[in-house]
Amino acid sequence: MNIDYSQELRVVEGALKQSQIEELVAKPLETRPDKKFFIALTISGSLLLFGAACVALTFYYGIGLWGNNQPVGWGFGIVNFVFWVGIGHAGTLISAILFLLRQRWRTGIARFAEAMTIFAVMCAGIFPIIHTGRPWLAGYLMPYPNQHGLWVNFTSPLIWDVFAVSTYFTVSFVFWFVGLIPDFATLRDRTTSKIKKTIYSIFSLGWRHSHRNWQHYEKAYILLAGFATPLVLSVHTIVSFDFAVAIIPGWHATIFPPYFVAGAIFSGFAMVVTVLIFVRKIFNLEHIITINHLEKMNKVILATGMMVGYAYSMEFFIAWYSGNQFESFVFINRAFGPYAWAYWIMVSCNVIFPQFFWFKKIRRSIPIMLAIVIFVNIGMWFERFVIVVSSLHRDFLPSSWGYFTPTLFDIGILVGSFGLFFTLVILFTKTLPVVSISEVKAVAEGAQPSHNGGHH
Amino acid sequence: MKRSNKLFGITAIFDSPNEIIHAAKAISNSGFKNFDINTPYPLHGMDKAMKLKPSKLGYITLAFGLSGAAFTLLFIYWAMSIDYPQVIGGKPFFAFPAFIPVTFEVTVLLATLSTVIGLLTFLFGFPNNKQSLHDTDYMKKVSADKFGAVIYADDTLFNELKVKEFLSSLNANSIESIFEFEKESYPIFQSKFLMLLLAVAVITSGGTYFALNKLLLMTPFNWMAYQDKLTAQEKSEFFQDNFGARPKVEGTVARGFLPYPFAGQVTPIETLSNPLLPTKEVLQLGGKKYNAFCSPCHGNYADGDSRLNGQFPNPPTLHSKRAREFSDGMLYHIITNGQNVMPSYASQVTHEERWAIVNYIRALQRAKNAADSDVKKIQMGLLNASK
Repeated sequence: MNIDYSQELRVVEGALKQSQIEELVAKPLETRPDKKFFIALTISGSLLLFGAACVALTFYYGIGLWGNNQPVGWGFGIVNFVFWVGIGHAGTLISAILFLLRQRWRTGIARFAEAMTIFAVMCAGIFPIIHTGRPWLAGYLMPYPNQHGLWVNFTSPLIWDVFAVSTYFTVSFVFWFVGLIPDFATLRDRTTSKIKKTIYSIFSLGWRHSHRNWQHYEKAYILLAGFATPLVLSVHTIVSFDFAVAIIPGWHATIFPPYFVAGAIFSGFAMVVTVLIFVRKIFNLEHIITINHLEKMNKVILATGMMVGYAYSMEFFIAWYSGNQFESFVFINRAFGPYAWAYWIMVSCNVIFPQFFWFKKIRRSIPIMLAIVIFVNIGMWFERFVIVVSSLHRDFLPSSWGYFTPTLFDIGILVGSFGLFFTLVILFTKTLPVVSISEVKAVAEGAQPSHNGGHH
Repeated sequence: MKRSNKLFGITAIFDSPNEIIHAAKAISNSGFKNFDINTPYPLHGMDKAMKLKPSKLGYITLAFGLSGAAFTLLFIYWAMSIDYPQVIGGKPFFAFPAFIPVTFEVTVLLATLSTVIGLLTFLFGFPNNKQSLHDTDYMKKVSADKFGAVIYADDTLFNELKVKEFLSSLNANSIESIFEFEKESYPIFQSKFLMLLLAVAVITSGGTYFALNKLLLMTPFNWMAYQDKLTAQEKSEFFQDNFGARPKVEGTVARGFLPYPFAGQVTPIETLSNPLLPTKEVLQLGGKKYNAFCSPCHGNYADGDSRLNGQFPNPPTLHSKRAREFSDGMLYHIITNGQNVMPSYASQVTHEERWAIVNYIRALQRAKNAADSDVKKIQMGLLNASK
């Protein structure tokens, strides 16, 4: 292949040598955690424990502790589920789609984004299971020959979800692990501690950086990326089917699959930027996760933000154009009814604030960027809240109208899911290389043969 | 691990990517087959320099992906259309579009897992931490930032001195001989290993037993089984008589209940009149109910020759003069009220069914005691039918 990269910005800045890259990435794994690390871990661990206590009480007393009731039967449980699944999508986009598109800048952030995918899907997976009320019976979701002689309903979007999310988790995890194997081998040969060496040896599986292996390995990476790409699109499509296949006005819309996928990438990128801003600072990775990386991600946030904005307006257009009175009622009620506050939080955070990213200075300014991406995170959570709650709270009969208010337990479990996510992220930064060592080495300056083996 | 005296291979270290590409070309051009290049990351153009054939990994992926798709689709078809067909949401039993999502997901899952497992085990022979290149300076260097070439001792052209000369002619620095690891043996019947197996067995079976037989019967997992409501025949601490089942409130009338004015009278002076005409449907219903409720004692043709003869006081034939002369209302009264040892059938047989039974008994009685005119009528009917 003969691609001219000369117009491209340098992926790794500061003319780092191979050994310096390795040094930088491996440093957090070789030094003892400092005080700040334990403070951060204590905060996120406390949030996690608070959420765990709320979940335990929910298991004991039942989901009557939550705020959802008729007519709003789906409350925070489903809102949080869709939110977290969405967060995961950025990781797969960066690791698979940008890989297929030969975007070399992805190497610096791919590992971290993939890890965030796995953690986010773990957070997401909790919610539908605890929402069932009897989570110990979750095994019934799998089709296995059982004493009832029954199979799961393969035509139900809820069972599609089970398959989509579990496949998504497995494939993301496998993809992540395959990427880690060469790094485990590098760490194995680097470390002086015997215990670490044993652990790294086990996980590196005996990797020897052999070119006979690299050849198959690169092929495998392309194949996995090729499967992960349609998979990531299918997952949020299927999540949107949970709503779109139902006949509730406000849910029953054919725009849902692309709208959900764009929203997922939007929210996922915002979360990745939020976390990376801190990680690159704390672990001195500014040369590997450069400001150019952040700027490119901000461009993706701007683009997907406008896609989401287009979907919002198109929903209103269709509500009017369809001539369906229930549909138009739902949308007028959404913008001006009892949940108007949530709707306008969503619109301002998702559509208006990202417009600042048109300016290059703002795209490259860390504090403003941080503020905007946090707004996007908030806005995307409210998007799911608006979709779930505002479509349900006005039932067809005015006698069945209601107003959903979350309880302490709803909020506690949401907070706990953030606790779980950040606890896993914090532990990850100290246990595994947060940047793919072998991939970044391969794109550093002078890493590839200058005449490409002389074959062109 | 200890190393033996047996030579495993000779390694050489190069400093730059250009040098290693050049070295790889030179090694493969000299006819060596069993050699390898170790680099910390994949190098462009190395496949060609080493004369490697294109990876066949894609065939594994294709085979497993296709079989995953076929298996899943067939399985869903079998489960939803053959094993337990149900109409769900008005969809046909074979709702192909609704089977696509699960089929797609399982296809992706199988294709990815087979790719990775095939790659690591079938193509790489992993896990393998016992290969003799491990734990060498050579491996430490190529793991970090150097580029290495190794020529294995089992290559047909291998000659220790010549290979070393050849590698140094390529401007390699630090040429090393690697010796094989000594083979280690792991006897299965070690007491430690057996104890571990035993512990795993005890923990697994104990844990499973506890979860299934104890944990699921504890609060709150048993809340579905033991609810705070009263079930039939259950003792109640709340009511004074301790009965969970409550008697009817006085004057309660069940839905569709018709009060019978002559209930409890042995020989009623007047009776109801038959509201039903002996149509085909009524006689069919009557026959069905007669066979179910009356025939066990009175016999299939009301002869009193029941299949319970001898076990109960023999019931009378319904073809006696007395029985034939009962009014329809009196037969209805007997079914409703009971007579002698015959109990009331009011709770088993509905109002309408009772009249249908009365009509059926009338048909049986007329058949057993047919007049000549009846016989003639039937003969005429048969004649007409055969014409």
